[in-house]
Amino acid sequence: MRRLQSVAFGLIALCLGAAGSARAEDLLGQPTPGAIDLQPGASILKHQAIFFHNWILMPIITAIAVFVLVLLAICIVRFNKRANPVPARWSHNTYIEVLWTALPVLILTFIAIFSFKLLFAYHDMPPPDLTVKATGYQWYWGYEYPDQKIPEYDSNVLTEDAAKAAGEPYLLAADNALVVPVDKTVRVLVTGADVIHDFGVPAFGLKIDAVPGRMNETWFKAEKIGTYYGQCDQLCGVNHAYMPIMIKVVSQSDFNTWVASKAPAPAPAAPAASSAPAASSAPAASSAPAASSAPAQPQKVAQAPTAALR
Amino acid sequence: MATAASDIDHGHDDHDDGHGYAHTPPFFVRWLFSTNHKDIGTLYILFAILAGIIGGTLSGLIRWELAEPGIQVFQDSGLFGHFKGFLAGHQGYEVAATAHGLIMIFFMVMPAMIGGFGNWFVPLMIGAPDMAFPRMNNISFWLLVASFALLCTSLFVDGGPGPGFDGGWTLYPPLSTTGNTGPAMDFAILSIHLAGASSILGAINFITTIFNMRAPGMTLHRMPLFVWSILVTVFLLLLSLPVLAGAITMLLTDRNFGTHFFDPSNGGDPLMFQHLFWFFGHPEVYILILPGFGIISQVVSTFSKKPVFGYLAMAYAMVAIGFLGFIVWAHHMYAVGMNVNLQAYFVAATMIIAVPTGIKVFSWIATMWGGSIEFKTPMLFAVGFIFLFTIGGLTGVVLANAGIDYSLHDTYYVIAHFHYVLSMGAVFSIFAGFYYWFEKMWGVKYNEFLGSLHFWLMFVGVNTIFFPQHFLGLQGMPRRTVDYPLAFAYWNHISSIGFAITTVGMAVWAILLIEAAVRHRKAEANPWGEGATTLEWTLSSPPPFHQFSELPHIHADVH
Repeated sequence: MRRLQSVAFGLIALCLGAAGSARAEDLLGQPTPGAIDLQPGASILKHQAIFFHNWILMPIITAIAVFVLVLLAICIVRFNKRANPVPARWSHNTYIEVLWTALPVLILTFIAIFSFKLLFAYHDMPPPDLTVKATGYQWYWGYEYPDQKIPEYDSNVLTEDAAKAAGEPYLLAADNALVVPVDKTVRVLVTGADVIHDFGVPAFGLKIDAVPGRMNETWFKAEKIGTYYGQCDQLCGVNHAYMPIMIKVVSQSDFNTWVASKAPAPAPAAPAASSAPAASSAPAASSAPAASSAPAQPQKVAQAPTAALR
Repeated sequence: MATAASDIDHGHDDHDDGHGYAHTPPFFVRWLFSTNHKDIGTLYILFAILAGIIGGTLSGLIRWELAEPGIQVFQDSGLFGHFKGFLAGHQGYEVAATAHGLIMIFFMVMPAMIGGFGNWFVPLMIGAPDMAFPRMNNISFWLLVASFALLCTSLFVDGGPGPGFDGGWTLYPPLSTTGNTGPAMDFAILSIHLAGASSILGAINFITTIFNMRAPGMTLHRMPLFVWSILVTVFLLLLSLPVLAGAITMLLTDRNFGTHFFDPSNGGDPLMFQHLFWFFGHPEVYILILPGFGIISQVVSTFSKKPVFGYLAMAYAMVAIGFLGFIVWAHHMYAVGMNVNLQAYFVAATMIIAVPTGIKVFSWIATMWGGSIEFKTPMLFAVGFIFLFTIGGLTGVVLANAGIDYSLHDTYYVIAHFHYVLSMGAVFSIFAGFYYWFEKMWGVKYNEFLGSLHFWLMFVGVNTIFFPQHFLGLQGMPRRTVDYPLAFAYWNHISSIGFAITTVGMAVWAILLIEAAVRHRKAEANPWGEGATTLEWTLSSPPPFHQFSELPHIHADVH
């Protein structure tokens, strides 16, 4: 009995100790050595997910686990052979059975309220300011900006030496990052070219499969300028571990400069801007392009009708 | 939970004893052509031990590789730089992980629980002389041997990128079709087909046995909970395995005969496979744990010297879990881009499973409550099971929520979750059953000190392996990767240390087996005393070769 208790306390102490040492300095956009919690969020969805996990789910499951442990401990202390030589013979108690059926239902209903809210938030994309297409290949990502007319470019893992030279984390860093502007809703279209991959970026709470023959969509709105890393999350063959996702979040003006450097030819700006009809997929409330938008790249709000995506 | 021993008319047992051994067939006839449920059960258990050693070795290679960043074990030049070709390189790692999963599921847990304990104790507990179809029982076992041989063969033949199939136990196309063009995948498909056929035959056998061969007075509601658990399990097998068989047959024809069921460029859909697979796969995870529920109920009741609390609720909770198991499959597929309303349904349905599961956990505790508990090795494993299974179940509630699953899907959090319910849940219940029925099956006593040492080493070991994997998953470490970013090194290292501790625990278990065989202390018919009320304890240890030639009559209903 004491042994069981001490093991349990040991585990709890382990968690708390590690929490104390790790929590304060969790890195943004990449995993932190020794950390024990969710990666910090850099988008509204991840913030909501962290709230749901840390303040709804964790307290509930911790309480239930501790409750079960305490009950077991009481059984071990009070109802062992020495302490209680004569066993009771009862084996029914309708009230408590109803109670332990009904109470979990209530707890689960409580969880479900927050769960559905989060789930529907994921699927309630605001009008996007930018659309990028990510295609999974064995074993690299291809990124394309259909509206900026930036053709698909490859994003390969940096070799260990190259990553070291660049001061980037190996297996998270790529040679060509996905570049997006800060504080803009980015719609990500995800598909696979050969086998199923998965576009997963923890800091934005993203995880969506790249399925051949299918165009999935997800979205994020990065809050802070910086570099955010993710990895392929679906087993895709031999080099599954070697297809990282690297997203550079930059200011709008830096983004415009980057687009200009990438765009093959001057885009026919004027017609594109006027021909975008008022939003097929979402209300066009925020369709005004950002103030700093360079004339060459007007932000179109809606492109492919959503219906075609699924 | 009927049948206190005293209620049974067992004057005939001595009679059985005398004659049973006299008619034991010669060695090869006995073990190769066996139609005796106890012998077949023994074969299954030995088979499961062998498969467990192989599957465990593969997990050892995995943990060794992941003990630190970089490539240690799975080098391109071969395993540890030797054994050229076999399990070589990144491909070798994925092959090992795939084989580890398939072996532990189909060739370790299922044979041990259903084929092993089920064959041994279902007929004994319901007062039947044998299984309904003894010859079919024999072919169920030998099909499994053939199946395992095929799977092992697939490790050595060409998979496409290298020897063996590297697509994970879930076999998702297109990785399992165009991504693995070699015959290794075909071997794996045929292996799973045979394992499925074996299980379906076994399921038919158990259903017939339980429905038709119960002793007089052994009503369904008097059956021990272990028999209930096997009954629910085999119904799940019977209903889910044909769906898997259909899915992998379509894989086979996609690969070899020019069909395009899962090929999007020709109108197929790779996600269709996932739906079919998980329609089997989710019931499958309950198939792996339900017999464990039954074992734990028997053990907890025996060592608390109290009847199981809420017998009917316990039985029908298993039925409910079995039913719900069929309507929650797509919670494995939140990330594939399903319609949001469909996801909401699967969230709700999945969380409901927590209710019957909670009933079971609390009823086990209520069984202990007020008891006079003896902490012999089986009970240690049972108490360990209750707590660790609870943790696994609770992280399951977390993962049920699609919104948080977008952060945790396909990370080590999922690995930690299902190893808490399987590597601790299922395996702890297997060991609980193994020690509980040790004397009954082998006719000798085990050493209690070595047994509890085994438990404590394993308890500490598996927790050290899998608890830190929650942290890795929360931080976003993807599963099935041969190498990982530096940030994940710390907890991976701890996890691998846990594997070493577990290995020591398993070594103690091996010593225990040898010690028991060498010392050969003669077993008692009922070593556990008044708490052991089921019919198998009315027989000698080991039971006579044929038992119950006169059926026992069950009079009392003690719950």
